[in-house]
Amino acid sequence: MSIDTTTLLAILAMALVTYATRVAGLLVADRLALTGRAKAAFDAIPPAVLVAVIAPTALTSGWPEAIAAAITALVAFRLPLLATVVVGVVAVVLLRNFL
Amino acid sequence: MDQANPHMTSYKRDAKAGLRDIAPAAIAAIPIGLLFGAVAVGKGLSPAEVALMSALVFAGGAQFAAIETWVSPAPVLALAFGTFLINVRHVLMGASLSPKTRLSRVEKFIAFFFMTDESWALSERRALDRPVTAAYWAAMAAVLYINWVTSTTLGAVLGSFLGDPARFGADFAFTALFIGLVAGFGRSRVTLVTVAVSAVVAALVHYFIGAPWHVASGALAGIAAAYITAGKEADA
Repeated sequence: MSIDTTTLLAILAMALVTYATRVAGLLVADRLALTGRAKAAFDAIPPAVLVAVIAPTALTSGWPEAIAAAITALVAFRLPLLATVVVGVVAVVLLRNFL
Repeated sequence: MDQANPHMTSYKRDAKAGLRDIAPAAIAAIPIGLLFGAVAVGKGLSPAEVALMSALVFAGGAQFAAIETWVSPAPVLALAFGTFLINVRHVLMGASLSPKTRLSRVEKFIAFFFMTDESWALSERRALDRPVTAAYWAAMAAVLYINWVTSTTLGAVLGSFLGDPARFGADFAFTALFIGLVAGFGRSRVTLVTVAVSAVVAALVHYFIGAPWHVASGALAGIAAAYITAGKEADA
C-alpha cells in the first residue's frame, strides 16, 4: 500500500482542477449563457477530448485494434455502454489471435 | 411533533426518490469501476493510489483519460490540463443546476463536489417540476461516491492478482468505453467533424511528437473544427 510522491501530486492536481470546475458554475450562474458557435465549440469539448485520448490506440497501434475500434463504433449507436465495451474487448481478443 | 412530521416524511420521500433514480447508473458503474482499478494497477498504480484518486477526484471520464495516458513518473501538468479539458463542462452544468437547488451557499460548495454527469442529468430532470432538495442530492451523491470508491479499489486489489490486462483484452476496454461514450454525443454534422479532426490530429501528433501532447492538440483541433463547422448560422 504505497503512495508515490509524484503520483500523489498528480492526484491532488487533478482533484483541485476537478473541484474548481464543479464549483465555478456557482460563481457564474445566471451570467453564463453561451450561444451559437461558442456553444458548439463548448459542447464539442467532451467528444473531442475522448477521441484524442484513444486515437493512438484505435488508429496507429495495429490492425486488430483499428478493426476492433471500427466494430465498436458501429455497435455503439445500437447497444448500451457495457455491451459496447464487451463487444470491443471480445473483438480485439479474437482479432489479435487470428490476424 | 406533529409539525416535525411532514418535514421528516418529505425528507424521506426525497431521499427515496434519489436512491430510486440513481440505482441504474450506480449498478452500471460497478463493472466500469472494477475495470478502472484493474487497468490502473496494470499501469503501475497501487491500490492505495487508486482509492485516493477515486476519493479525491471522483470523476470517471477524467480518471479514465489520466490512466489511459499514464506514464511514470506522472506528468502532473499534462494530467491537470487533460483533467481540466474533460471536466470544464462542469462549469456550465453547475451554472445551470445551481439556481434549481434548495441549498444554502455553503451547502452548494459541499454538494457540488459530488456532481457527476448522472446526478446532474437526473437533477435537471427532477427540477422540471420541483426543486432539488438536499435529501435528494445527498442520497444520489452518497450512493455514487461509495459505489465508485469501493468498486475501483476492489478492481485494483483484484487486478494485482490477475496480472497483465492485455491477456484478456482489458487494455482495449477503455478504447471501447470511450467509443461508446462518444457515440452518446450523437451523429450531428458538427459532432462527426469534431470527432474526425480530433482523431486524425491526435494520431498524427502521437506518432510524430508523442504522448501526452496528442490529447491537448487533438482536442483543441476538434474544438476549433466544431467552431468553424457550426458556422455563422449558429450565431444568428
